[in-house]
Formats: sequence, structure tokens, C-alpha cells
Amino acid sequence: MAGVRYAAASRVYAKGARPAVDGLDLEIKDGEFMVLVGPSGSGKTTALRMLAGLEPLDGGRIEIGGRDISDVQPKDRDIAMVFQNYALYPSKTVAENMGFALKMRHVPRPERDRRVREAARILDLDEALLDRKPKQLSGGQRQRVAMGRAIVREPKVFLMDEPLSNLDAKLRVQTRSQIAELQRRLGITTVYVTHDQVEAMTMGHRVAVLSGGKLQQCASPRELYDNPVNQFVAGFIGSPAMNLLPAPLTDGGARLAGAVIPLSPAVRAAAARDKLTELVVGIRPEHLHLVAAPASAGSASAGSAPAGSAPSAGTGVDQALHGEVLLVEELGADALLHVRLTGDGDGTGDGAGRGGTVVARTEGRKAPAPGQPVAFRVQPDNVFAFSPETGARLAS
Amino acid sequence: MTAVTAREAAAPGAPRRGRRTRELSGLAGWTVLGWVAGIAFFIPVLWMVVTAFKPESAAETWPPQFTFSPTLSEFRLVFSGMGPFIEHSAVATVGSTVLVLVLALPAAYALSIHPVGKWRDSLFFFISTKMLPVVAAIGPLYVIALKAHLLDSIWLLIILYAAMNLPLAIWMIRSFMLEVPGEMLEAARLDGAGRFREITEVIMPVVSPGLVSTGLICVIFAWNELFLALNLTVTNAATMPMFLISSVPQEGLYIAHLSAAATVASVPVIIVGWIAQRSLVRGLSMGAIK
Repeated sequence: MAGVRYAAASRVYAKGARPAVDGLDLEIKDGEFMVLVGPSGSGKTTALRMLAGLEPLDGGRIEIGGRDISDVQPKDRDIAMVFQNYALYPSKTVAENMGFALKMRHVPRPERDRRVREAARILDLDEALLDRKPKQLSGGQRQRVAMGRAIVREPKVFLMDEPLSNLDAKLRVQTRSQIAELQRRLGITTVYVTHDQVEAMTMGHRVAVLSGGKLQQCASPRELYDNPVNQFVAGFIGSPAMNLLPAPLTDGGARLAGAVIPLSPAVRAAAARDKLTELVVGIRPEHLHLVAAPASAGSASAGSAPAGSAPSAGTGVDQALHGEVLLVEELGADALLHVRLTGDGDGTGDGAGRGGTVVARTEGRKAPAPGQPVAFRVQPDNVFAFSPETGARLAS
Repeated sequence: MTAVTAREAAAPGAPRRGRRTRELSGLAGWTVLGWVAGIAFFIPVLWMVVTAFKPESAAETWPPQFTFSPTLSEFRLVFSGMGPFIEHSAVATVGSTVLVLVLALPAAYALSIHPVGKWRDSLFFFISTKMLPVVAAIGPLYVIALKAHLLDSIWLLIILYAAMNLPLAIWMIRSFMLEVPGEMLEAARLDGAGRFREITEVIMPVVSPGLVSTGLICVIFAWNELFLALNLTVTNAATMPMFLISSVPQEGLYIAHLSAAATVASVPVIIVGWIAQRSLVRGLSMGAIK
């Protein structure tokens, strides 16, 4: 058991091309479950393979337990990897598959059998399966054999490359919690790669979000959700995604679809410092509170406004976002409204945000129907502001 | 489905029936053509086998005789005369195939699993050797064999047949090796398997059906080879194709004897082809694509 450290690790595939992994600095504590998440091409799998020794480093170094393993052979790094397609040996039985690494290390037969049986027990693999070949097993069983092959080696670090992506949805949810629980029980440092942010949020102690080979933010799931450090993280974490719309600055806030979204003084100061005239405003779907579509500004709010929010009486400037429902997605307890912002047609301001679409989460049983006009209110605290040039979050 | 007008709706069966008839007659046409082609290719072979059972006097007649009293006399003659020939064929075929497999396996490995630099050039070089007609090379080959005292030697045939089959074998085995999933090799690498273990424990089990079909193809080509045997052997290494040629005397009737000899010579290859038909098709077409 040991921690892992990436120190300015880089990998470039072709001279002059964009690095696949660009100066990654990441520290993983001993026993931690670290998830590397990001879209395709973000470098997360490459970073994992660099740790495994399957990709060479073109810059920087990687340490396991304080020891620089950048030039060490994969088999000597004391790691074990679970591959996306399991990579089981088709001509060997399950027991032989799981014991192969031990056989390569000349571990005596009785000790090998003991460890294989122990791993099978931990994974709830029936002993009868140990003599079968991989092609006789179901997808879920094969996945567990792949994990068993890693567990048997009792390594310092587990590496997992999207191990759930070949399972059906229901099995994926089930296995997700089993893997998380297993890691907590064994306490082995785990680096887990996925493109699915739901997996990242539910399984990891900490999550590292990557994009374009660069680390965007590494923090606990809660911290990533509540305090994204830039527009990419804000839009990537959370399902459905945060609504991100361009909005020009105006007195007291930003103008969006004819309404003025209030911004905190710190944000406004940061925008002024950077000489910005326009921002990207981010609001999460659950922070768009449905109000009864008012004929005029300032009517009392109804619907799903939570207890803490005071319905603000209009002061002549309409602060509600008006729109028309395009689509209602029923989730059971909740409903997702896809709304096209229309503005209230008072002719003030430019058309910023007008015509843009937002997604709002509302109570399932009281959802409006498609075509209906709706209006939303949003608390200033729940509004994120990002720089349109760099994507960085303004103030915090 | 386009909209049906009132007129068409009145007779809905007619256009549909016409199309179906056209489909069926198209299919029937291809089926007939297939059968005609198959029979056309098979008839000469059938005729050869039938003629093998005829006495010499009834073999070459015009019009061809379909009824005759079958006899095994020609076969008896063949069996009595073919002994050394079939022995040489067997040794040359098996020997060259073993040599091919021993050499092609590491070569294919070096061109697929852990490709060496310039592997593309190497592959093209191998295939380019097949582009030269063997007729062009026979002169130099003869001189070399003469100087090396290898004329009329079974070793010469083993070496030359191996050289003849090696490019094809390398291409085929390489295409089978490319099918080994990369992840499996990486898993083996992480498990600590060295190069030898990687080959024996991971690659061979996956590739072995491909090795069998490659070997069988090499057997077929080596067995049937005539040109080199004809020019470079006389008696000590004469193969079955030579036996067939020797069945054609300067004078006298020979068709029945030749047919019998050809039938006997074909039997091993037919058995081999039959056993391996599926993997043969796969092996040949894959070697072409990859």
C-alpha cells in the first residue's frame, strides 16, 4: 500500500503535436480511491497507462510510495490492472487466469491456490466457476475474474480502466457499489479511469477532472459540484449539466433574456478588473425555481420554491427568466423541463440569452406541459460566473 | 412504401407479383449458372477418376465410352511403381512445411506483436519474391544447385519449397497474430510474462488454429509443385508430379495409367483440403486482406 504521485508527467505521441498528457501534477494518498474523469481524448487513460508502465514518460516522473518508478518495468512496479475488456486468457481456466501472475513469480502451487480461492471468496465467485473457461462465463462474472486477477497479486496500487463500461446499465450500478465497498475493505490505493461522471461522483474519495491532457480540478465530489474552478468542470460534473449562457454585464448583474441576474460584488469587481463586458453565467437545473408565469413583475411565487427563498417583489426590473417549455422529461420523482428563453418582450437590452435553451429540474407531478409559458427565479448565491475568454470562475 | 393510388389499389396483387417473379427468376438464373459452373469444373476431374478404372484399350476412344468393365489393373501398376516417388513427396512436403513453420513464427512475431522498424519494407520484400516467375529463376537455381552438389537431392527440394512457401506463411501467421487482443498482451506483460512465456502461454493458444491452416496450405502447395522438381531432380528426389510425367511414355497408350496415377496423387491433398476447408478459406482470404 502506498501513495502515488505524478510530478509534471507528460506524454507526447508525435513531435509537435498537442501532448496527450500535459505536465500532470497529481498526488494520490495511500488508500485513497482516486477517479480520473474526463471526455474522450482528455488523457485520463494515457495517464493511467503511464502509471502502469505501458506508456513511456516524455517528461516529469511518477512515484509510487515515494520511489521513482518512471523507468521501472511494469511487472516490477507492484501494481495490478483491470482492463476495459477484461483481457482474460481464453485458453486458461478461471483459476489459471487468476493465478497467472503468481505463476510468473514462481509462487508455489499450494500458496497460489490458496490466494486464488481467497480472492474468489472476496468477490463472491462460486468455486465451481474456477475450473471453467472465460467463454463459459457471463459478462459480470468475467469482470469479477478480471478483478480477482488483480486482487490476488496484493499490489500496492490498483489500476482500473473503465471496468464497468461493458456491463449493462443495471449491472453497472450494482457493480459500482461493490467495487467501492471492496476498495474500502481492502484499503488499497486505487486509480480508476472513467468517462462517466456519475461513476466518478459516487465512487471516488477525490475526483481529478482532465481535459485536453491538463488537470482541471482535483477535489472531493461535493467540492467539485459546489465549487467548480472553471467552466469546463462546472459543465462536466452534474447531470443534467449546468446551464451555461453568455450574458452581457449591466448595472448590478448580467442581462439574460431580458432579465437581470444579480451578481455578487466580488464577481462584479473581478469582471471589472479583467475588463470584461460579457460573462458566461452558469445556473444548475435545480436552482431554476419555477414561479407562476406572472402577467407583471413582482407577483408572489408559487410552485416549487423552497422554504428559504423569499419571493422578491419586483422593483420595476423584472428578475424572472421567462420562457416556453419545449420538452418535459419525466424522471419519476422529478421532471426535467427543456425551456427556450423568450424574454418578456419589454424591448430593453439586447437579445442576449434570448432564444437560448435551459434545463430546469422541477417536481414531477406538477410539471407544466410543452408549449406553456413559464418563468424562473434564481438565487444570486446559486449563480456562477465564468470568464468568456479563459473559462475561469470569477471570484469564489 | 409510396402512396398507393386508386388505380393501383384496384389490382394490388399485380405489381407485387411481378416483382416477386422477377426476384425468383433472378435467383433461379444464378442458381443454374452456379450449378453449370460447378459441374463444368468438376466434370474433367470426374472423367479422370472414371478413366482410371478403365483398361488402357477402352480409355482413349472416340466417341468416349461411358460403359465399360471397371478394372484395377492400372491402379496396381501405379501402386507398384510409385513407391519412391511418394516417399520423396512426403519427405519434401513435411520437411519443408516444418521448416516454414519454424521460420515463419518468429518472423511473423517480429512483424506484428513487437514490430521492428521498417516492418512494412520487410513485408513487401517477402511478397515481392512471389512476383518473380520461377521460370526466370530456374537458370541461376540450377547453377547454384550444381555447384553445391545438391542436384537431385531431397534437401534441395526441402529448402526450395520452404523458400517458396515462406512469404505466404509469414503473411498468414502475421494476420492471425494481429488478432491477438492488445490488451491481453499488456495484461501478460503486467503479470510478469517474459517474451518466451508471452509466446507459449498467451499467443500460441490463440493462434494455433491459424498455424494449422497455414501448415495445410503449405502442404498443398509443396505437394503439387512441378516445375522445380522437374528441372532439379532426376531419380533420387523425384516427387509424385514427376511420377505423373513419367507415366507419359514416348509411344503407346497411357491415358488410363496417367489417370490412375493422377487420382492416387490427388488423394492426400483432397483429404487435407477436406479436413481444413473452413480454416483454409479463412486463412487465404485473411492473408489477402491484411
